[in-house]
Amino acid sequence: MRRRVADVGLWLVLLALSFVWFVPLLWTVLTAFKSPTDGMGLTSLFGGLQASWQNFSMAWSSGPFLLYYVNTIEIVTGILLVQLVTITLAGYAFARCEFRGKSILFLLFLLQLMVPISALIVPNYQTVAALGLINTKWAIMLPYFASALGTFLMRQTFRQVPRDLEEAAVMDGARWWQIVWHVLLPVARPALVAFALVSISYHWNDFLWPLIVTQTPASQPLTVGLTLLTQMGEAGAQWQMIAAGTLIVALPLFVVFVLFQRQFVESFMRSGMK
Amino acid sequence: MSTGIQSSARLLTRAVPRKRKNPHVGAWGMLLPSLVILCAFTVWPMMQSAVRSLYSVRGGVWRFVGLAHYAALGNDPVFAQTLVNTAIFVLILVPVSVLLSLALALLVNRRYRMTSLFRLAFFHPVVLPMVSAASIWLFLYTPDYGTVDQFLAIFGLQQTNWLGQPQTALFAVMVMTVWKQAGYFMVFYLAGLQGLSREATEAAAVDGAGAWRTFREVTWPLLMPTTLFVTVLAVVGAVQMVDQLYVMTQGGPDNATSLLLFYIYQQAFSFQNIGKASALSVLLIAVLVAFAVLQNWLDKKVHYE
Repeated sequence: MRRRVADVGLWLVLLALSFVWFVPLLWTVLTAFKSPTDGMGLTSLFGGLQASWQNFSMAWSSGPFLLYYVNTIEIVTGILLVQLVTITLAGYAFARCEFRGKSILFLLFLLQLMVPISALIVPNYQTVAALGLINTKWAIMLPYFASALGTFLMRQTFRQVPRDLEEAAVMDGARWWQIVWHVLLPVARPALVAFALVSISYHWNDFLWPLIVTQTPASQPLTVGLTLLTQMGEAGAQWQMIAAGTLIVALPLFVVFVLFQRQFVESFMRSGMK
Repeated sequence: MSTGIQSSARLLTRAVPRKRKNPHVGAWGMLLPSLVILCAFTVWPMMQSAVRSLYSVRGGVWRFVGLAHYAALGNDPVFAQTLVNTAIFVLILVPVSVLLSLALALLVNRRYRMTSLFRLAFFHPVVLPMVSAASIWLFLYTPDYGTVDQFLAIFGLQQTNWLGQPQTALFAVMVMTVWKQAGYFMVFYLAGLQGLSREATEAAAVDGAGAWRTFREVTWPLLMPTTLFVTVLAVVGAVQMVDQLYVMTQGGPDNATSLLLFYIYQQAFSFQNIGKASALSVLLIAVLVAFAVLQNWLDKKVHYE
C-alpha cells in the first residue's frame, strides 16, 4: 500500500515535470496561432487565439524562406551523401586492411573527435576564404565531408561481420568494392541509418559556421534566416510571427523525429558512445 | 539477414578472379578522401592557429610578436571575465544537467502510464535547433509578459529582466541550456540502467535496504562509467556553447554572458582581431585536448579497477 502511494506520488512528479518541459513548445505553437494585433493575447497562454495561418504566411514572406529551405536541404543532403562514401571507405580500410601508418592515421581521426570543426571557426574561415568559397554552400559543407564519428561507427560495424563471408568472396575473385557493396553494406545498413539521422539533425541545426561563411540568402540556411527574423522582431516584438518562424525552421526535423522516435534516440546514443 | 548475406556472397562467385594489388596502396587510397579533409580542416587549422597567434598582421605584412597576444590576454578584463563566466557556467551547468538527467532517467526507467510521453517531453528539446530554442526562451524571459514572469507573478514575485541584467543573465542562459540538453544525457543513463543487472538491486532490496540506500550503494557506483562519460560530454559541450548566446544576449549585458567560443567569435568576426582570436583558439584547443586525454585516462581507471 505504501509502495502504491509512493508510485502515484512519483507519477505526479513526472507529470508536472513533463508539463514544465513542454511549456516552451506549447507556448510556441499557441503563439503562432494568436492574432498579431491582439497584444494582450500574449500575456496568457490561451488568450487571443485565432484559427488562421496568418503568422506563418507573414513569417514566410518576411524573408526568402523558400530559398533558406532549399539551401538547408541541399547542404544537409550534400554533406550526408559525401560522408556516406568517405566513412564507408575509411571504415573499411580501418576494419580490414593492414598497412603502414595505420595507428598514426587512426590518431588523426581521433583528433577530429577531440577538437570538433565547430571549435576551429577562426582558422577554417581563413582557409575557406583563401579557397575563394566565402558565401557559397561549399564553404558550409566542405569541412564536414570527412567524419571521424562515422568512420569509427563503420569500422566497428564492419569488424562485426564474420570474415568467412568475405574470404569466400575473395576466393571467388571479388574485388574489394564488390565485397563492400554486396557483403558489408547490407549488414551495415542500421549503422548507416543511425549515422544519417545524427548527421542530418546536426547539420539541419548548425548555426555558427554557416553564419560566418555566408553573407547573402543565396547560400544561407534556415537557422541563419531565423536569427535575422528574430533580430527584426526584437525591435518590433512581433512574437506571433517569430513563433511561426521558429516552427517553420524546426518542424520538418521535428516531425521526422516524432515518427522515428526510437530510431532517433538510439542513433543519438550510438553516436555519443563512439 | 544472414541468408541475405550468404546469397549476395554467392552472387559474387560469378566474378572473374583478378590479381590483387598492393594492399598498402588500396588502404591509403580508401582513406585519401577523408585524409584530405581532415588535414585541411582539422590539422592545418590547429597549426595555423598556433602560428598565427605569434604574429601581428597589418596590411598584409606579417610581423613576429612572440607571445604578445597571449600576454595581452593577461591584461584584458573582458577575457578575465569570460574565463570566470565560462568556469561558473561549466561548474554549475554540468553537475546540474548530469544529476537532473540521472533523476529523470530513474523516474522514466519504470513502466508507468504515459512513460513514452514523459520520455518525449524530456528528449524533444534535443532535436530542436539551438537557435529556435533560444528564440523561444527569449520570449519566455521577456520582462513582465513573458511566461517566466507571468508564472512567478502567481507567487507575488516582481517582474525581472532576466536576460537584461548581469546578475541573472548567465543563470537564465543556464536554465535554458539545462532544459535543452538534460534529455540527451538522460538517454545515456537509461541505457546504463538497462545494463544494470536486476539481481544487484533486488539483492539489496531483499537485504532490506531502502530505496535511497540501494541507490547510493548499488545503482550509483554501478553507473559510474556512465556518469563519467556524460560528465565529459557535458563539459566539452559547455565550453563550446555559443548559438544561444548569439540569439539571447550577444554576450551581454556588460559581458556577463560572454563565454569562450563566443568571445573568440566576437574577437575574430566583430573586431577583426585575428591574432588575439588565434591565441584564444589555441587555448580552446588545449582545453579540449586536455579533456580528451583526461577522459581516456579516467576511462581506463574506471573500467579496469
